[in-house]
Amino acid sequence: MSQPFRTEKGGRIDRGEELTFTFDGEEFHGHKGDTLASALLANGVHLVGRSFKYHRPRGILSSGSEEPNALVGIYRNGDQTPNLRATQIELYDGLEAISQNRFPSLGFDVGAVNDLLSPLFPAGFYYKTFMWPKSFWDRVYEPIIRSAAGLGKPPRTPDQDTYANQFAHCDVLVAGSGPSGLAAALAAAETGARVILCDEQAECGGSLLSESNASIDGKDPANWVHETVARLSSMENVTLLPRTTAFGYFAHNFVALAERVTDHLAEPDSKLPRERLWQVRAKEVVIAAGAIERPMVFPENDRPGIMLADAGRTYLNRYGVKVGHKVLVATACDTAWQAAFDLADHGVEVVAIVDVRETPPDNLIAIAEARGIRVEAGCVVTGTLGRKRIKSALLGRLMTSGQVASGGQIDCDALLMSGGWTPTVSLYSQSRGKVVWAPEKGAFLPGISVQKERSTGASKAVYGLQACLEDGYAAGEAAATAASGKTATITYSSAYGGEAGSGGILGALPHDRNASRVKAFVDYQNDVTAKDVKLAVREGMHSIEHIKRYTTTGMATDQGRLSNMNALEIASGTLDKPVTDVGLTTFRQPYTPTTFGLFAGISRGDFFDAVRKTASHEWVVQHGGVFEDVSQWKRAWYFPKPGEDMHAAVERECRTVRESVGLFDASTLGKIEVVGPDAAEFLERMYTNPWKKLAPGRCRYGLLLNDAGFIVDDGVIGRLAEDRFHVTTTTGGAPNVLATMEDYLQTEWSDLNVWLTSTTEQYSVAAVQGPKAREFIAPFIEGIDLSADAFPHMSVKEGTFCGVPCRLFRISFTGELGFEINVSRRYGEMMWETLATEIEKRGGTPYGTETMHVLRAEKGYIIVGQDTDGTVTPYDAGMGWAIGKKKFDFVGKRGLARTDLVADGRKQFVGLLTKDPKIRLEEGAQITTSENPATGTAAEGHVTSSYYSAALERTIALAIVKNGHAREGQTLYVPMPEGSIPVEVTGTVFYDKEGAQLNV
Amino acid sequence: MLLIYCPYCQVERAEVEFRCGGEAHIARPSDPEKTTDEDWVEFLYMRANTKGVIAERWRHIHGCGRFFNALRDTVSDNFLTFYKTGEPMPTLETLPQEAGK
Repeated sequence: MSQPFRTEKGGRIDRGEELTFTFDGEEFHGHKGDTLASALLANGVHLVGRSFKYHRPRGILSSGSEEPNALVGIYRNGDQTPNLRATQIELYDGLEAISQNRFPSLGFDVGAVNDLLSPLFPAGFYYKTFMWPKSFWDRVYEPIIRSAAGLGKPPRTPDQDTYANQFAHCDVLVAGSGPSGLAAALAAAETGARVILCDEQAECGGSLLSESNASIDGKDPANWVHETVARLSSMENVTLLPRTTAFGYFAHNFVALAERVTDHLAEPDSKLPRERLWQVRAKEVVIAAGAIERPMVFPENDRPGIMLADAGRTYLNRYGVKVGHKVLVATACDTAWQAAFDLADHGVEVVAIVDVRETPPDNLIAIAEARGIRVEAGCVVTGTLGRKRIKSALLGRLMTSGQVASGGQIDCDALLMSGGWTPTVSLYSQSRGKVVWAPEKGAFLPGISVQKERSTGASKAVYGLQACLEDGYAAGEAAATAASGKTATITYSSAYGGEAGSGGILGALPHDRNASRVKAFVDYQNDVTAKDVKLAVREGMHSIEHIKRYTTTGMATDQGRLSNMNALEIASGTLDKPVTDVGLTTFRQPYTPTTFGLFAGISRGDFFDAVRKTASHEWVVQHGGVFEDVSQWKRAWYFPKPGEDMHAAVERECRTVRESVGLFDASTLGKIEVVGPDAAEFLERMYTNPWKKLAPGRCRYGLLLNDAGFIVDDGVIGRLAEDRFHVTTTTGGAPNVLATMEDYLQTEWSDLNVWLTSTTEQYSVAAVQGPKAREFIAPFIEGIDLSADAFPHMSVKEGTFCGVPCRLFRISFTGELGFEINVSRRYGEMMWETLATEIEKRGGTPYGTETMHVLRAEKGYIIVGQDTDGTVTPYDAGMGWAIGKKKFDFVGKRGLARTDLVADGRKQFVGLLTKDPKIRLEEGAQITTSENPATGTAAEGHVTSSYYSAALERTIALAIVKNGHAREGQTLYVPMPEGSIPVEVTGTVFYDKEGAQLNV
Repeated sequence: MLLIYCPYCQVERAEVEFRCGGEAHIARPSDPEKTTDEDWVEFLYMRANTKGVIAERWRHIHGCGRFFNALRDTVSDNFLTFYKTGEPMPTLETLPQEAGK
């Protein structure tokens, strides 16, 4: 099939395997080994996208992950992934790609009018234009900006792919597999050290894969790559990871890698993850990230067909693609000349080499002349023509005066440019190292190592194959020795070629055009021009950090790897300050865009968080119970009968418990076994209450404070023996209570001989509550005398339930006669099913958390975290009775005596009854003294709990109110949008104030 | 993710196994009743928040469960040393060169 820009031969593509793909619906052909970018270029397609702000036609600029323009969407599984770089997408048969940020089509885009209106969009135009009126912010400006901005469209369906995670440890991690990286990996591996070598490309080799004018050990560099990779693959201590980007360098040599596992496959095995996150802890890291070429900043430097010179050379030598038939080369350094020579050798017409330098090296001029290439020294490109593809370029001759004189026009269908090389210091910068300006190299280079890393090769401006290999070997050896103490003698390969030569330029090129009318792009992806950077400086942005944010230069997905140095030079020139005084922005993780899927891994859907289920779970599901989430637990909320809504079900459950008997799963409450000779002393110090005199077999309500004096948890504690307590905590508070106990025990009271064990999941707990509770459980319990005298309220005894050991508590969170049966979790289902089956026969009911809440509120029992908020003391809560005032100390005792905690005007726990018994207050609603408070009036408190009470046949509420205890009987107001609700302040106990129901 | 050495288990493990317990060597007054409001507030709330080397508590919560102390440079995040609860805070002069060894 026709690929008009494919070379006759050469390149690393498999010409025997032809692949079909589509771009914007049009069918094209490429070869195995192509990227989408190289395949498009082989078909003569340069125009691949529209720019972000001005919607200008854009072509492929680079051949790597720094690509700013060629962002496409890829269809797969019926949806598309946006903003992928065509330069990184490996071609497969059937690939479907679409261009972005154009409407209705790539060729004709209405948004391109922005380009004509560009005088309206200077740097910082958002800040200037959309200031007023304020009412337009949300309704007018934001929707318009949102629809106009952005590149790709987000996928519409949930991500169907899976993502894996892998932890790894190694002695030496080598990031990058160009000449230095391969040499480093080999040198480290030969010592026997554990080595991981990763590279973001599909193949190892880096620049060696597109090198034409070099040799290693007298052979083609590609041979050396092949042999080295084969050697590394054969070694058990080496993990080779192609298609894997080291995107984040974190503390303590923790490096995150993103491996793309299936994106390059036409029909991936559905068992494979799309990507794999490698979390690598490396003893030493070798950064071999290479260097990337800098664009030249001249007017209209963004037309499709304009490309980095090294990219043009890579497409030619690695992919067998000619970027054009008539190519102009514009450069400030030697390397682009080699690109021109390679193209000429493949029969491409190189119309001229335009070098900024007055006197480029003679040997290059001689080679150019031998090939008949026109050379224009001391010359710059001052503009380009052509709408969707460059057609010709304007040349300008640099005068000694600093002015530029017109140098005529030259026709071309592609322009290769090179402003020189910028070492990639992103990973070094992420490791918190500070880059250092090297004036002789015109680059920022890695400075002192902050972590255990070293940069090698072009990433620290070491150029030339021989030098890069030597530097790589040395870095690999040194890293391995530092990590593992091992050494090895290895034979160095010797190389020739791959020199960077001289030259390079920063900043905008001079030109003879009207500076206010032309656009010379600095940051392609964010459409930032040289003019914008200068404007930012004129408007007072003098630090590069401010210039970056004002213009958005360097904020694109390449993080300024292409643009920073040019922007910095322009800013530095405008400010008339050296670049070191303007500064360089810090590179952050991730190095390249990284999918959310990779970070999420399996933590999505059902695996997002752990789900904890109790023994009754299946029974509740089968019997139509409704669940609510309480921290990680699924708790039965209520049990509706056919035709019942929540209100009806809860009302019935409440009435049944008060009149007969109810069954409740209390397994989620935290349980801590406190054991040891000093167990009572320990609890004495932890909880407000006295414990030493509590007899074995008895329970007490325990209140836990923090040392500030505020309530943090509560629960019933039973004493099973002199040295053994069964402590219960709130459902959500269990881990914190245990951690707090461990903290005091280990760090404050290490003299105490106590052991703490979490037993939350060791027991299943059935609460049986109601006047008939005793007769209901009696048939199942053996070994415990349940009579009121032998087993009074607040007792605990060990016996058996249906023959299995149990701890039986006589406690109540409903105000009714109540028991809590604790059995081993393995008998939990048996216990629940036995009791649940029996209870309905006896006229009782299972009940859920909602009924539990209503019943406890009727009795004024607090729920820590609902009725308290971390600023409530026991006295505020009306629970001064729970404080052992004679105790020498307990956690919170001193806090309670603080001036502010004993002052007047504290918010206190009260009951509220609405004047209209039908109105149920909203939990969280504010409470005021006046019926219609003025705006800005401080609230007197807020509603903490509010329910309909079946027993009282009216609504009830609990609240925290300023000086509440003294305000009983007063009328306050709860102002709501529908009107103010008058309420009466009451005590907190609404039902059975004498506690007669408890002691039966 | 930090790499932390537990002086009880004598192993280096990733930060996910640990919980930070805040500034170390803040002793709870032994006779709270005799402590003034100011001193109690100092104990409860006031922390050095040093830029530089601090002593802090860590708990090997997913390991041995023990609390221990560490010296960490809050600028570089590097640990200088780890030591057991109850041991005196090492001075910078007496520290070994390599943390955690």
